[in-house]
Amino acid sequence: MPSAVELRDITKRFPGVVANDGVRFEAAEGEVHALLGENGAGKSTLSNILTGLYRPDEGEIVLWGEPVSFASPRDALDAGIGMVHQHFRLVPPFTVAENVILGDHRGEGKKFMVHPRRIERNVAELGKRYRIAVDPRARIWQLSLGEQQRVEILKALYRQARILILDEPTAVLTPQEAESLFETLRVMADEGRTVIFISHKLHEVKAVADRVTVLRDGRTIDTVDTGSATPRSLAALMVGREVSLAERVERDGEIGAPVLEVRGLWAHGDRGGDALRGVDLQVRTGEIVAIAGVAGNGQRELAETITGMRAAADGQVVVDGRPLRGGDAREAIRAGIAHVPEDRLHTGVAPSLSIASNVVLKSYRGKQVTRGPLLRLRAIRDHAASLIRRYDVRGGGPELPARQLSGGNLQKVVLAREFHGDPRVLVVASPTRGLDVAAIETVHRYLRDAASSGVGVLLISEDLDEILALADRVAVIYEGAIVGEVDAGATTVEEIGLLMAGGAG
Amino acid sequence: MLVAAGGINNAVLVVVLASAVVYGTPLLYAALGELLAERAGVLNLGVEGMMLVGAVMGFWAVQRTGSLLLAIGVAAVAGGAMALIHAFLVVTLRANQIVSGLALTIFAGAAGLSSYLGNDLNLADQPAKHAFSPFLPRSWRTADVVGPVLLNQSALVYASWVCVALVAVYLSRTRPGLNLRAVGESPAAADAMGINVVAYRYVHTVVGGAFAGVGGACFSLAITPQWVDGLTSGAGWIAIALVIFAFWRPTLCLVGAYFFGAFSGIPFTFQARGILSGVPPELFQSLPYVMTVVVLVLVSSAGARRRLGAPASLGTPYVREER
Ligand SMILES: Nc1ncnc2c1ncn2[C@@H]1O[C@H](COP(=O)(O)OP(=O)(O)OP(=O)(O)O)[C@@H](O)[C@H]1O
Ligand SMILES: [Mg+2]
Repeated sequence: MPSAVELRDITKRFPGVVANDGVRFEAAEGEVHALLGENGAGKSTLSNILTGLYRPDEGEIVLWGEPVSFASPRDALDAGIGMVHQHFRLVPPFTVAENVILGDHRGEGKKFMVHPRRIERNVAELGKRYRIAVDPRARIWQLSLGEQQRVEILKALYRQARILILDEPTAVLTPQEAESLFETLRVMADEGRTVIFISHKLHEVKAVADRVTVLRDGRTIDTVDTGSATPRSLAALMVGREVSLAERVERDGEIGAPVLEVRGLWAHGDRGGDALRGVDLQVRTGEIVAIAGVAGNGQRELAETITGMRAAADGQVVVDGRPLRGGDAREAIRAGIAHVPEDRLHTGVAPSLSIASNVVLKSYRGKQVTRGPLLRLRAIRDHAASLIRRYDVRGGGPELPARQLSGGNLQKVVLAREFHGDPRVLVVASPTRGLDVAAIETVHRYLRDAASSGVGVLLISEDLDEILALADRVAVIYEGAIVGEVDAGATTVEEIGLLMAGGAG
Repeated sequence: MLVAAGGINNAVLVVVLASAVVYGTPLLYAALGELLAERAGVLNLGVEGMMLVGAVMGFWAVQRTGSLLLAIGVAAVAGGAMALIHAFLVVTLRANQIVSGLALTIFAGAAGLSSYLGNDLNLADQPAKHAFSPFLPRSWRTADVVGPVLLNQSALVYASWVCVALVAVYLSRTRPGLNLRAVGESPAAADAMGINVVAYRYVHTVVGGAFAGVGGACFSLAITPQWVDGLTSGAGWIAIALVIFAFWRPTLCLVGAYFFGAFSGIPFTFQARGILSGVPPELFQSLPYVMTVVVLVLVSSAGARRRLGAPASLGTPYVREER
C-alpha cells in the first residue's frame, strides 16, 4: 500500500521537556494505524504537529510522497488531515451543523451567507452515510461526550479528511459506543482513508488496528503488525519492562465495620430533575465497593453528594457512624473523605498553579504545610518532589504549572494528593481513564494497598474489567438508583451488563 | 386645564423621545463597535477614549474640508487607529485587556490626547462650518409624533439603523460572522478548524474602534455641534454597559441605546423647558450613570450571567501552543 503520511525525525521541545525527540512514523493509505505509548510519551504532541497546531523544531512531514510544511491548522486541513482531539475542540453554544461547517472555505464554504437548512441537511446525510448520526440542530452542550465525538468525526469527514487522527477516542465512550466507533473507523479505512488511532487500551488496538507504532519518552521504539503482537508484548514494548495487566488479585486485610453509609440519598441534577433517587449504600473498612453503570446514571452526582460538593435533597451520608450535614466539602474532607473526581482538569486541579501547590491544596491548614499563617515553601516543594517520585509523575518538577502535564500525568497528581491525606473513605471516579498500562498497574496497587490498610474505597467506573479486577462488591446504578448488588468474585461481565441496561432491576 | 396639561405632557414626551434618539445614536454606534470586539473575545474599555479622538478629528476634518462625509471617515480612521494599538497590545503582546483599555481611555480622553489635539488645532469655540441636520421633507417631519421623533433626524441616525441591520445579519447569517462567534466562544476550536484567530480579533477590534470614532463624531458633528473638551462625558462607558444589557445582540443594542439616550437627553430637555427647575441639574445629569449601575446590577446576578451569553473567551488571550 502506498504510504499516506510519513514523519521524519520530528523533534519538538517545550520549556523543560523534549516532547518528541526525532520521532519517525509512517502510515499507509487504507490503514488503521495505532499510536501507543505511556502517559507523556508525546502522542498528543505528535498529532498536534501533524495537524499544524504545533510547529516542529526539527524534522519533516511528507504526505503522499510530497514534503509539506504547515504554517497553520488551515494548511493541514486543506492537505486532508483531520483530528479528533483528546480534549474536544467544539463550540458549545453552536449547533452540530454550525460546528461541522466551521472554517470551511471550499465548495459550499465559499458562499458568504450561511443557509442553516441546507447545511443541516448535508450534515444529517453525512451522519447517515457513516452511521454516526447526530441531530444537526442540537447544541453541543446538550450532547453526551459520545455524541460530541461523533460531531468531531463529522467535522473531519465534512472537510474530506483523508487522514484522520483520533486522540484517545474511547476514553469517553461506553463499550458499546466504542464498538460502533470501530466499525466507523473500519469503513473509513476501507474507503482508502488513513486512520491514526491513539489509545492505551491494548485489546482495542489489537481489535481495530493493522499496525502499531510505539513511542516511549518521545522516541519511536518500534512499528509492529498487530497480527503478530499480543497485549502483553505491546505493554512490554511501551513500558520497557514486563507489566501485569489488570487481573484479579486476592487481597489480604480484613473487612471490618461500615465506614461509609449512604441512606436514602436524593439529589437534584444540573439540569433539573432528580439525579439520585434514594440511593442506599454501605462501604466497610478494608472493602472496595464498585459502582457500575452507564455514564450519566447519577454516578457523578453520587460522588459529589458524598464528598459535599453537592447538597442532598433528602437522605444522609454517614461516616464512622456520624452523619454529615452535607453540602460542605470541607466538612467531608475533615470527616476523612478523599475524592478523585472524574473531570480532573477542572475540578481536580487548579491548572495554573504549580504541581507543588496542587498537592497541598487540601492540607493547607496542616502542620507540615504551614507555620502560623505562612506557607512552608521548602517543605511543600520537598513533599511534592517525593510524591512526584513515588507516583512517577513525568514531565516536570514541583514548580511546573499543572496544566502543562500530559493528561495521564495530571491524573497521577490528583491521585497522589488524595491517597496521601490518610483518608477514611476514598471516592474515586474512573481512576484509570486515560492512563497507560504501567500507570494503571500503579493505581490499582495503590487502591488495593489503601483498602488493605483499612480505608473504605468507593470505586465509580464504567470499565468492567477494572471493576472485576478490584472490587469486592459491585453495586449497579441505573437512573439514579441502585438496581442490584453482586459479589465481584462470583459474577460475570454479562450479569453486570444486564443490570447496567436496567434489566432485571 | 386638564386638557392643556395633557397637551403639555404629550409635547414633553415627544421631545424626550426625540432626544432619546439623538442622544442614543452615539451610544448605538459605540455599542455596536464594542459588540463586534467582544464577540471576538476582546474587551475594549478604551471606547470612551476612541470616541473622544473620533470627535475631535471628525470636527477638525469638517472645519478643514467642509465635507461631512469625509469627517465621518476621518473619525472612523482615528477611532480605528486607537483600537489598533489596543489590538496590538492585547492580541499580539497578550497584555491584560482591562489595563490596556483603561490606559487608552486615560491617554486619549479628556485632558489627554483628544484635548491636546483640540487645543493644538484651535478647535475650541469655533462654530461648526457644517453639521448633520434633519433632511427629510418638511411635511414628513411635522407629522404627528413619528415626525419629530423619527423623521426629523439627521443622516447619522438612519445610517445607524442600517449598521444595526448589517451587524445583525453579519453575525447570524454569514460565514465570517459564524467564524467570529466561534473565535469569541472557543478560540481553540476555531483555530483547529483553520480560522485565523489573530486576524479575526484584530479586524473586529479595529472596526469596533472605528464605530466608536463615529459615535464620538456624532457629538461634534451633530449634537453639540462643536468641539468641547470631554464632550462625550462618559458615553463610552455607558456603551460598554449597554452591550451587556443587550446580551451581545445588535438589535437589543438599538433598544438599549435609546433607553439610555432618553436619560442622557432628559437633563437638557428639562432645563430648556424649565421643567422641575427646582431640582439641581447635576441630579439629572447623573441619571444615565445611575441607570447604568442599576442595569448592571440587574443583569450581572449569578444566574443571569450564564443565560446572558457573554462570549466565553471574553478577556482572555489565546496562545496556540499553550495549554
Ligand atoms: N503545550 C505544552 N506546553 C508545555 N509542555 C507540554 C505541552 N504539551 C505537551 N507538553 C509536555 O510534553 C510531553 C508529552 O506530552 P503529550 O501530551 O504529547 O503526551 P501524551 O503521549 O499524549 O500523554 P497522555 O497519554 O497522558 O495524553 C509531556 O511531558 C507534557 O508535559
Ligand atoms: Mg495525550
